[in-house]
Amino acid sequence: MRYAETGFNLEVDLSRGNIERVETDPALTALHLGGLGTSIKLLWDRVPPETDPFSPDNLLIFSSGLLCGTPAPGCNRTIVTTISPQTQLTAYSMMGGFWAPELKYAGYDKVILRGKSPELVYLWINNDKVEIRDASHLRGKGSNETAEILRRELKEPNAQVAAIGLAGENRVYFASIEQGRSSASRGGIGAVMGDKGVKAIVVRGTKDINVARPVDYMALCSEVLQYIKNRESKPIPGVMPILAGLGSPQEMRLIDEEWHTTNFMWGNSRTRRKDFWTKEIEEKWRETQESARTRLISCYNCPMKCAATISIPGISTYMMKCFSKLTYTMAAYSDLDFGFKIAQRATEYGVDGFTAPQVMAFALELKEAGILKDQDMEGIPSDSDGKFYWLLDRIVRREGIGDVLANGTYWAAKQIGNGAEEYAHNNIKKQEQLPLKLGMLNPVYFLMYSTGEKINITQIEGQFPQSPFLTKEETEEFIRDWIHVPDDKFKEYLRKWEFRGEFSNPNYPDIEASCDIVDWQEMMHYIDDAVGMCAGLSSFPLKPPYHIHNYPALISSATGIDMDEAGLKKITKRNRTLLRAVNVSRGMRRADEKPPEDHWKKRFPELEAKLLDAYYKFKGWDDQGIPTKDSLKELDLDYVADDFEKRGITGNGQS
Amino acid sequence: MGKVKRKVKVIKIDVDKCNGCRACEVICSAFHATPKFSSNNPARARIQLIHDALKDVYLPVYAGENAPAECMGRGKYVIDGKEYDECSFCRASCPSRGVFKEPDSGLPLKCDMCESDPPLPEPMCVQWCLNAALTYEEREEEAEEEVKLDEMEIGLESLASKYGLQKVTDAIARMSKKE
Repeated sequence: MRYAETGFNLEVDLSRGNIERVETDPALTALHLGGLGTSIKLLWDRVPPETDPFSPDNLLIFSSGLLCGTPAPGCNRTIVTTISPQTQLTAYSMMGGFWAPELKYAGYDKVILRGKSPELVYLWINNDKVEIRDASHLRGKGSNETAEILRRELKEPNAQVAAIGLAGENRVYFASIEQGRSSASRGGIGAVMGDKGVKAIVVRGTKDINVARPVDYMALCSEVLQYIKNRESKPIPGVMPILAGLGSPQEMRLIDEEWHTTNFMWGNSRTRRKDFWTKEIEEKWRETQESARTRLISCYNCPMKCAATISIPGISTYMMKCFSKLTYTMAAYSDLDFGFKIAQRATEYGVDGFTAPQVMAFALELKEAGILKDQDMEGIPSDSDGKFYWLLDRIVRREGIGDVLANGTYWAAKQIGNGAEEYAHNNIKKQEQLPLKLGMLNPVYFLMYSTGEKINITQIEGQFPQSPFLTKEETEEFIRDWIHVPDDKFKEYLRKWEFRGEFSNPNYPDIEASCDIVDWQEMMHYIDDAVGMCAGLSSFPLKPPYHIHNYPALISSATGIDMDEAGLKKITKRNRTLLRAVNVSRGMRRADEKPPEDHWKKRFPELEAKLLDAYYKFKGWDDQGIPTKDSLKELDLDYVADDFEKRGITGNGQS
Repeated sequence: MGKVKRKVKVIKIDVDKCNGCRACEVICSAFHATPKFSSNNPARARIQLIHDALKDVYLPVYAGENAPAECMGRGKYVIDGKEYDECSFCRASCPSRGVFKEPDSGLPLKCDMCESDPPLPEPMCVQWCLNAALTYEEREEEAEEEVKLDEMEIGLESLASKYGLQKVTDAIARMSKKE
């Protein structure tokens, strides 16, 4: 018997309309766990670097995590892996919600889509019965609308639906896959789904998920739950409210947005408004939020409440998660009421709440600079809010200028030319980033921004504080119950770190400490992404319930695989290196590994070069960021080394 | 017959506090697995979250008695402007819907308040509901003392209800003569 996992994948060939239930190799679980780990293995094996994202040969893999569907609190993530049309590299966007556990209960770990359907279809997975069905009646429908229609049509109120909206159908490079409560938004994975002609995947499952050592596993899960309860009653003092608790930042619960609105950048990630947050604004936003929010809600088997149901008279109800509350508002220099309203439309269309507002603000900047002309925006309303609605409508339909903007700021700027490139200033590896600009370079963040395969800072940072504490006492208080550190040296790093002087940014954390810290953050994310754990209970917040010391026992008691910390570290390193190998084989090199030029005002090119050199070396990569032959062999990735050699990607600085 | 104290177990449900996570379903099905906690499957849970997210309907319901037939008349509730489905509040496993049935056999499921030896302080679903949508109460009630029938008497009673007491008595009399 297979434990925790089902041991079966669904292979769907959309070109031929073929569906197969395929047993997976348990040896791969031992090597890669599951989730992103085993998905990236599939991508390496089956999607060679020549494959265009919109080729039928590109795979779109919907995966549960290894522990999804077991009683581990908060373990509910769906990991979607494919080649991104925007970055041309791996996209592995994730969503919480209820879809992945349902897939496990239906008897599958992954759904692997290949080929292209000639007509728009949806997939109906009902335990052993799996069908490709006509979706022509769903063309142009919103993501929530689609889910509602399908549940009614199939008479399955408990079915879980992952759907694309108009943006995905029209292959917008920042189209998302929506699941009502959650969405997988980054990297344009919705565009790949649309390209494959799949409107939705509907799942219903009523089978068991088994665990290997039930009593041990339940004891650990109960401990986690108890820890969450205690941790939530004791927010961490001395850090901003959104970092004090667990979960994703509690945007739906908190009203106080002083930190975001006065520190983040408005418009096309341009203008800081230090005086924005006033008593009047706070009152107004409180009123808007409290009247719009009907309920705080969670994902599957999780006591947190990171999302909310938003009901505004006159528009359809939808569910919102953390930060999209602010991105539209800030891009448009508008207010929260506008933010909630346009987010509803954006959710139905299915676009990424990070990228979409920045693309629209970018377009308006280009217009103001005279690079885009009046005729490009003929008919655009004169008010700011109206302009955003107008642009959004055109982008998702790829109409006029919308067709150019639908490729994101990097590709749009290239196509528009005439100096437009300067305005696409907030990208890493062609993907829009958080609208945040800071003063002094932080070496840890420099490395995460530069080298993170996720290309999205909020998905790779986490358990180490973002800045030092103000006093020694606060630092000691924080360290007192900091059981999560893999090694006591991290406590010393924090103790030494100061706001000013020798031990402050950019020189401290020093190069060695920075490598260690980044490595730790990364490791935790790669574990989460393999087991399907929500980062909000693990790699993302300070002092989370899951950490490197309890994960081995959890994984081992659930799966029956022997696991200790060293073994788990090796697996995450293997997964992380294989993911890098996919990107390297697609041409990613050192020159691509940099934060936006203006991310920090104060930059230190020499130090930055040293940081990258040291980090590459630390990871077993050469000076181009290519994993070396030796480090590949150490991780049982000999086949990658062989392939690199065949392709002339030699590592050891010779590429 | 005298009065006796009887323990009544109550799970209170505050629907406004429910965050929709379905941890109650997860842990219920795990607790009732054999061996205990060896598997879980919300479709087997004896508590179901009846929900419709966009209508803000979140209603945890416990499995009660099995009803062998469908109801002819049903009630539709509107509470705080929200219309609930006709069967939403019903605790029965019955032919008109799929909930509270073993997914494999179709046999009815019923909440047993996690009766176990040694007894739990609270049913598992309550323990796992950190948002306190589910809370547990025990109270004592006075009730008429019931005479507990032993197995043979139960059998005789059902025979009597089927054939009439006279027939049973006659049969016993005949049998005792033969001996």
